[in-house]
Amino acid sequence: MTIEGFTSVAARMGRGVRFRFPSVFVAKRSYRRLPVQRQWSRRSIVATQVLLVVAAIGGWQAAASLKLIDPFFWSQPSAIWKTLQIFFVKGDAFVDIGYTFQATILGFVVGTIAGSALGLSFWWSRNYAAVVQPFVICFESVPKLALAPLIILIFGMGLASKVAIAVALTVVVSTLTTYAGVQAVDPDSERLFYSLGASRFQVFRKLVIPAVLPWTISVLRVNIGLALTGAIVGEFISSQHGLGREILYAGQTYDIALVWVAVLVLAAFSMIMYVAVSWLEKILRKGVAH
Amino acid sequence: MRIRRRFWHVFCVNRRVIKKREGREPLSEQESALAKNAKLEVQSVAMTFSAGENGVDALAPVSFALDEGSFVSVIGPSGCGKSTLFNIIAGLQPPSAGTVAIDGEDATGTIGRVGYMLQKDLLLPWRTVLDNVVLGMEIKGVTRQRARATALPYLERYGLGGFEHRYPRELSGGMRQRAALLRTLLLDTDIILLDEPFGALDAQTRASMQEWLLQIWADFRKTVVFVTHDVEEAVYLSDEILVMSARPGRVIDRIAVPLARPRPRAVIGAPDFITLKERCLVHLGHTATELAA
Repeated sequence: MTIEGFTSVAARMGRGVRFRFPSVFVAKRSYRRLPVQRQWSRRSIVATQVLLVVAAIGGWQAAASLKLIDPFFWSQPSAIWKTLQIFFVKGDAFVDIGYTFQATILGFVVGTIAGSALGLSFWWSRNYAAVVQPFVICFESVPKLALAPLIILIFGMGLASKVAIAVALTVVVSTLTTYAGVQAVDPDSERLFYSLGASRFQVFRKLVIPAVLPWTISVLRVNIGLALTGAIVGEFISSQHGLGREILYAGQTYDIALVWVAVLVLAAFSMIMYVAVSWLEKILRKGVAH
Repeated sequence: MRIRRRFWHVFCVNRRVIKKREGREPLSEQESALAKNAKLEVQSVAMTFSAGENGVDALAPVSFALDEGSFVSVIGPSGCGKSTLFNIIAGLQPPSAGTVAIDGEDATGTIGRVGYMLQKDLLLPWRTVLDNVVLGMEIKGVTRQRARATALPYLERYGLGGFEHRYPRELSGGMRQRAALLRTLLLDTDIILLDEPFGALDAQTRASMQEWLLQIWADFRKTVVFVTHDVEEAVYLSDEILVMSARPGRVIDRIAVPLARPRPRAVIGAPDFITLKERCLVHLGHTATELAA
């Protein structure tokens, strides 16, 4: 490289000749548009849903008739429909549903109330909360269903054991959520209450409870599902009635159609309770008006 | 941390009340004679927060006495212990030393004797405005029905008419502060502590709130202690300004504000007003040259 060549390069750099993208890359700058999704009408959404269900049932029926799947193990919609009719007309459908319903609701109510009360009680004493909390978390981490056989032994084969399992499942969630609510109570609001000369009980009743209620309410929908699970598991292990027992019995006797019937009834039942609790939640929320 | 704070003051309140009732000797004759004329007397109150080995002095001994019905502002740099002082006066925190006397009677560590309002309005979202305003009375044991009947005319009179049955979230910031202040005022306490009540409001709302506050103060004749960062606000509102130093907080100056009342807004431009304002600003670390510029 000659001196001249070097200086000319240096001079060019000095003059600020910069690297540029080849024009191919910069020629056209395009900008993205905000992605907008077209909303389907309510009717088309429902129509699609109906179509999906019909397709699933039709496909199942066809596959079973054509022996693509073994109708003995998979059963088929026509057989399930017949069994369903028998289950409701001749069988003890209502006894089973009533039994499971009772266990679920009792477990739900007792578990939620006991859990919320326990969670709220932590507000009263820092020392008590510190002592008890590890035990609650320990109990939370234990798979409660593993305790089910023990619970059946203690509470017997009747309704009490199902309720107890449902309570065991629901109580911890309620406790922890309520306690989280208690911890979220604004310390400044508490200061305000004390500056007004409030007693601890007044703070508890007029501040802590209303502030924590939305947290307790938010756990209801989770708890109804857990309570149902608890009741069904209790019935699986040992019971004389209930949808869980029906499923177990049908499975053991290879009455696959009856298994499906019980599962469908259970699903419908669970949905109804979910809707009912959502409705309850709405009313309660309006009551506490946050 | 949160739990810690929550339990901490509860603990303090209980502990303090017991301790005070048992351990404290009555005020000496001279002291009580001194205190007799004052509505609120803070006597060498000091506060040291113990953080591990060495404590942090938040308040050096602070003493002052306030006359009944006076409006006194407290200004000072951030962290000068104004809020600590308020907490001590309200009985929410035990002082490391010193006493607080109300009407010449030892009130250290007793709660519910002064109205206390913070910058946050702290209205309960599940109560209507009316029910929020009656909270203090309710806590004092008045039935809600009677408390509502008492409060209603005040809501009408002080600019909350028509909003009684609304929820706080439906109100503007200024309205919420009005409700919070009424809650403090409707308590039958003669002293109210206002800790930067208008700090979060925009300038315009703040100006109208100041006038509203003066109006209400003239009606209720309460002794007001007002913390603010805004020197102009302090001069405009007060009879007297206490200037506090940086940590540890001490009262370094008491500035009387001899401007006649009622004060029109235009007083802000008057030479007397500006002189007072400058005197405050100098204390807050602004040099004279800075002010001249």
